[in-house]
Amino acid sequence: MTRLAWSFPRLGEGRSTSERLGAGLLVGAALLLCVFLILPLGVLLIGSVFDEAGELSLVRFAEFASTPGMGRAVWNTIWVAVVVTVLTVPLAFLYAYAIQRACLPLRGVWRIIGLSALLGPSLVGAISFIQWFGTQGVLKSWLGEHSVYGPIGIILSTVYASFPHALMILVVALATADARLFEAAEALSASRWRKFVTVTLPSARYGLISAALVVFSYSVSEFGIPKVIGGNFPVLAVEVYVQVVGMHNFGRGAVVALLLLFPVLLAFLVDWRIQRKQQASLTARAVPYVPRPDWRRDLPLLAYCVLVSVAMLGVLGMAGYTSLVRFWPYNLELSLDHYRYGLAEAGVLAAYLNSLKIAGLTALVGTPFIFLVAYLVEKNRSGPAWLRPLVQGAAALPMGVPGLVLGIGYILFFNHPSNPLNSLYHTLAIMVIANVVHYYTSCHLTALTSLKSIDREFEAVSASLKVSQFVTLWRVTLPVCLPAVLEIARYLFINAMTTVSALVFLYSPETLPASVSILNLDEAGELGPAAAMATLIVLTCAVVSLLYSLLTHFLFRRQQAWRNPNR
Amino acid sequence: MAHLEIRNLTKRFGAFVALDQVDLAVARGEFLVLLGPSGCGKTTLLRAIAGLERQDAGEIFHGGEEISRRSPALRDFGIVFQSYALFPNLTVADNVAYGLKSRKADRGAGRDGVRRRVAEMLELVGLPGIEHKYPAQLSGGQQQRVALARALATAPDLLLLDEPLSALDAIERVRLRSEVRQLQTQLGVTTIMVTHDQEEALAMADRIVVMKSGRIQQVGGPRDIYRAPANDFVADFIGRGNLIEGAAAGARHVRMRNLTLRCAEPVAPGRSHRFYVRPEDICLYDTLDRCENSFYAQVRKHEFLGAYSLVTLHAHDLAEQPLVAQFSSNYLAGRPIAAGATLRIGIPPEHLRPMPEPA
Repeated sequence: MTRLAWSFPRLGEGRSTSERLGAGLLVGAALLLCVFLILPLGVLLIGSVFDEAGELSLVRFAEFASTPGMGRAVWNTIWVAVVVTVLTVPLAFLYAYAIQRACLPLRGVWRIIGLSALLGPSLVGAISFIQWFGTQGVLKSWLGEHSVYGPIGIILSTVYASFPHALMILVVALATADARLFEAAEALSASRWRKFVTVTLPSARYGLISAALVVFSYSVSEFGIPKVIGGNFPVLAVEVYVQVVGMHNFGRGAVVALLLLFPVLLAFLVDWRIQRKQQASLTARAVPYVPRPDWRRDLPLLAYCVLVSVAMLGVLGMAGYTSLVRFWPYNLELSLDHYRYGLAEAGVLAAYLNSLKIAGLTALVGTPFIFLVAYLVEKNRSGPAWLRPLVQGAAALPMGVPGLVLGIGYILFFNHPSNPLNSLYHTLAIMVIANVVHYYTSCHLTALTSLKSIDREFEAVSASLKVSQFVTLWRVTLPVCLPAVLEIARYLFINAMTTVSALVFLYSPETLPASVSILNLDEAGELGPAAAMATLIVLTCAVVSLLYSLLTHFLFRRQQAWRNPNR
Repeated sequence: MAHLEIRNLTKRFGAFVALDQVDLAVARGEFLVLLGPSGCGKTTLLRAIAGLERQDAGEIFHGGEEISRRSPALRDFGIVFQSYALFPNLTVADNVAYGLKSRKADRGAGRDGVRRRVAEMLELVGLPGIEHKYPAQLSGGQQQRVALARALATAPDLLLLDEPLSALDAIERVRLRSEVRQLQTQLGVTTIMVTHDQEEALAMADRIVVMKSGRIQQVGGPRDIYRAPANDFVADFIGRGNLIEGAAAGARHVRMRNLTLRCAEPVAPGRSHRFYVRPEDICLYDTLDRCENSFYAQVRKHEFLGAYSLVTLHAHDLAEQPLVAQFSSNYLAGRPIAAGATLRIGIPPEHLRPMPEPA
């Protein structure tokens, strides 16, 4: 026996149990990412280059090109996205600048209001703009001869919905500034404008490019907004929906989805390359810049923040108001009728509960999985070395894949009769998985950043002390990274609560989520209940965000002894 | 076989050779220091011994057993890093007890046993009674002592120190280095330390391993390394030095420009040699002194550095390039040395050391 063991050394000899476990988990994670991300996208890609008879051909693309109106849809998608980008990025930049580089009262409040659009589905903006500027809108006269149904409505709603995404990036980009550069510029008596152009803008340029690409991608892949407020204005995202849900033409849908994937993936790759260059822009010796009060700068910026905030709250408030008004615009009496009707008769209560379930599960399942994978990639040294960059790549990919594209990939892959996972289709589970995958990248980066910030020798120390690295993960790494973990959970919950794009292809009548039900209610002309549903989602997300803030606040106070002993 | 033996160890990172066929033997209870400039492979060697870096070729034996392919968890060592790597969310007591709780033997001893061991270790590193503090509440030196206590708590057979003092300020560094050395002597644990600080190496080591570009340049006691560097690199890296060229003129005499000096060691006749002179070995004589191996030199530059002065001299009869001498302040006893002055200096024969020529 001994001799046999000696002559045939076992696989993984000289490895500890925890190393074997780490290697196994890494392989398992890679397999899961493969099944739920790579394969569905691969099927989409392959499906589009085979014809009905299973021959390799570009016939589907040719078919697509000859479809009347497709050229216009492509053109519309692009020019709308460009206009949205050109409007949103400067608006968000100025707002972020006001928050970070001026001395404004109530900075936190402006920030929260600026990000408030994140709390609801993108449809909230569309519904609200219909109420403001639609056929029976309060401010219809502002648009003169033009109708809000069409490019104007799409652009307004998309600017509103993508504003917080740009704002988040730009607030971070403007958060860190080297005061020494401003002092040097001042010592050289540079004018206010020159300082802005030569110091502020260059240090924020990566953030600006990144924000522009994110907004552009958002606009290209957003489909709820043009669906609700677009009228007869054709764009690609709606075309996918019409082909797949309306005509059950999966092949054509796949081709359009690929067309959507292309610009978004391209934007994402450009952004990825630029972000890598950014690394050394702020050195450890930089002195943080603290703005000094200056009313000539602060007053106009405050006015601007107030203006944007009023507009933001106007959009959100109109949705809430609509949900309470009895019969717009003829009977403006306030009541809870829409909630009562919606919850009781239109199946909204079930949808709302579904959404709570989906969002809760997405956070509960996604957070540990994403954190564990980030840990395995960053801290674990066992398992095949070539697998780690592949898992990293797979984790970065979802950022460049619109939800619609993911959804169609899921239909094609999981709905295939010969797929053993076929039974997942139309279940709650598949929607949870789609959400985790859809929002994977941001969460992965959050986890990675927090893991990178802790000492990289913890695993070496625990190995030397004969303690399993997973014990150290549980006792040390996880508690230290808890703020990031909570942040990931909140992010997943809110996005799962508000998303429409991937889920619209995956739900069954029993698993209809709230955000999709808004779309259906709107289609049925039930704007009141739709607004009620949207308001319910916004309130839920606001409560969850509040809980999150309280929890982190409480946590930091309790852990102050080791996190921040000087205070 | 030595307590720890390394044979033919090679490690590459892409095209970069971090370790190039390194052979090394460490005796039980020895304090060995790996010394070299950054990128010389000293840290890679330490990490390979710990199993944190897997070598491409070569073997490592610890206590007679081959451990070359074992994972770190299956090797017997304690390690201390430059960054301390203390667990921030655990108290000092929990940090020190971290390795104790998992060991069955200690678990049998129960909570009291662990508590006693923690107190004992903290006593040992001179920090009794700080069990309930968190690492962030301690100074750098205190944190490193706790890290040391944690590494020693499980009584490892081998202690590895990766630049343990580099993150500390100068005073704390000097204080802690003698404490570490004393502790090591007291416990008798075989220790390997990595440093780039030659003074630290000279002060702490039983033996020093000087490394460059993944190769061992010289292994020896601090005195040997300092007094008899094996090659130009070691001579240059450890302390300051002057290199003087001369031709053999008889068995124990060398001719340098216009001077013939006696050398304590025999030199091969008929060829030129290079000699190595430490700045502090140069003597200062009275101007009229005519003792052996003395000559005139002109002061080019004088740097007063408190405890000693560095004097750059030009001795026309000796060599073209300037000579650096170091005179301690009490040796000078207030004698002023001004740029431009002419001094009578000398190199005692025993301090004129022929450099080994590269083979």
